[in-house]
Amino acid sequence: MNDLYLQLTVAILIGIGAGYLGSFMVLRRMSLVGDALSHVALPGIALALIWNFNPFFGAFAALFLAVLGIWALERKTELPSETLVGIFFTVSLAAGLLLTPEPELLEVLFGDISKISGIDLLITAASFTAIIAILTFIKRGLTISTLSKDLARSMNIPVDKINLIFLVMVSLIVALGLKVSGTLLMGSLVIIPAAAAKNISVSISKYIFFAALFGGLSSIGGIFAGEFLSIPAGPAIVLVSGLIFLVTLAIRTQKV
Amino acid sequence: MKTKEIILDVQNLSVSFDDNKIIGDLSFSVKKGEVIAIVGPNGAGKSVLFRALTGLVPHLGKIDWRPGLKINYIPQKFGVEKDFPITVKEFLQLKSKDHGSIMSALSAVGLKAKSSDYDEHHVEHHLLNQRMGWLSGGQLQRVLIAWALLDNPDVLLFDEPTAGIDIGGEETIYNLLKKLNDEISLTVLVISHDLNIVYKYANNVLCLNKEKICFGPPKDVLDRQALIELYGSEAGFYAHKHHN
Repeated sequence: MNDLYLQLTVAILIGIGAGYLGSFMVLRRMSLVGDALSHVALPGIALALIWNFNPFFGAFAALFLAVLGIWALERKTELPSETLVGIFFTVSLAAGLLLTPEPELLEVLFGDISKISGIDLLITAASFTAIIAILTFIKRGLTISTLSKDLARSMNIPVDKINLIFLVMVSLIVALGLKVSGTLLMGSLVIIPAAAAKNISVSISKYIFFAALFGGLSSIGGIFAGEFLSIPAGPAIVLVSGLIFLVTLAIRTQKV
Repeated sequence: MKTKEIILDVQNLSVSFDDNKIIGDLSFSVKKGEVIAIVGPNGAGKSVLFRALTGLVPHLGKIDWRPGLKINYIPQKFGVEKDFPITVKEFLQLKSKDHGSIMSALSAVGLKAKSSDYDEHHVEHHLLNQRMGWLSGGQLQRVLIAWALLDNPDVLLFDEPTAGIDIGGEETIYNLLKKLNDEISLTVLVISHDLNIVYKYANNVLCLNKEKICFGPPKDVLDRQALIELYGSEAGFYAHKHHN
């Protein structure tokens, strides 16, 4: 497969998945968590580099532990997890910065999609399919518990279980996206397309559709910008999503 | 009374959070087809009582619902944020995909006339395809009641149905709950802050301030003494009055 097509395919799948998951992150007021969560991956990637195994698995393991922590905390206290995010996640970033071997540091922080391989495509395609299938399966319960946890619980919806599954899916997409836009920027690929979609959607079906669409479009725009302007694709993808957000904001402002 | 069958029996109910007693030693019972109003000052444990009755918080004591009842609960502050992207139709479809059921629930709550093509179109356009967050307070409460009616409940627990509604609208919501109570024998437990409404609509009132202050028909039990005990001081006696 031609390198550009390989990059495009991987980035589009990740963009769509991140947009879809991000739509619920934004509604659940977890934007900050989404953004900071990606930083937790850094120590995991660092250990993978030191011990020489696929960084995706290191990142996913670290993220998985982090979402378990968030989940347990939310369950116990019902408090927003902002403080924990603020402390724990930045500490992991600091630890990761010290652990990561210097030559790889820049790539880990901002991603380098040009180094993507056929194996990455396989992992991405399989994970993408799983994410879409599982999310579609839990969508109803997730929506009701986002509207009101009490309402969901009184309807015998397993709120905690659904929340955990959702967070694991988020850690999976973030781990996948690290190759594309790095630990510093991946969180924004989850949040920005959804925030843009929220500006222009009345219904939840359109909102989720636009979030996924904007995620995919950001990836396409970013990869082509990277290719033709010779700039790193990761930051370019985030900039394109930022641009889409501004356009939707203008549309929203016009409507009001 | 339509029937004397007891469908809820609460004995010595206590709820505590971290050694903080929220409800203590509460006993009362509810018969089928009754409208029960729960009144009390802020922090009296009214919402916690509903959460205990629906099994959402751990408790001591006995809560016996008659087996096989369908109980629906509409929590307090189920305010859908203005920019939460969900339409009324999507919201109702989370519970039932059946168009016919949705339409009949909407007519039960007075959001749709019984049958008319024009009206169907009107409802589709002006209600079902609207964002939940754009509804007025009264419309939102009706939609929530319609949601609750979708799976034909026997009991409805409604926490402050008239919060954020003007006084005229408030009366209409209670009229509606009373109508549903009459027509489909729906048992209604409702938390209210308005004693005038309680006098008018409730068979029994439960005055709660961490423990039971009074329980019985409003005319009999809501006397001056009970109100002073409930709201803490003489001044509190007037706390329910509206000045706007």
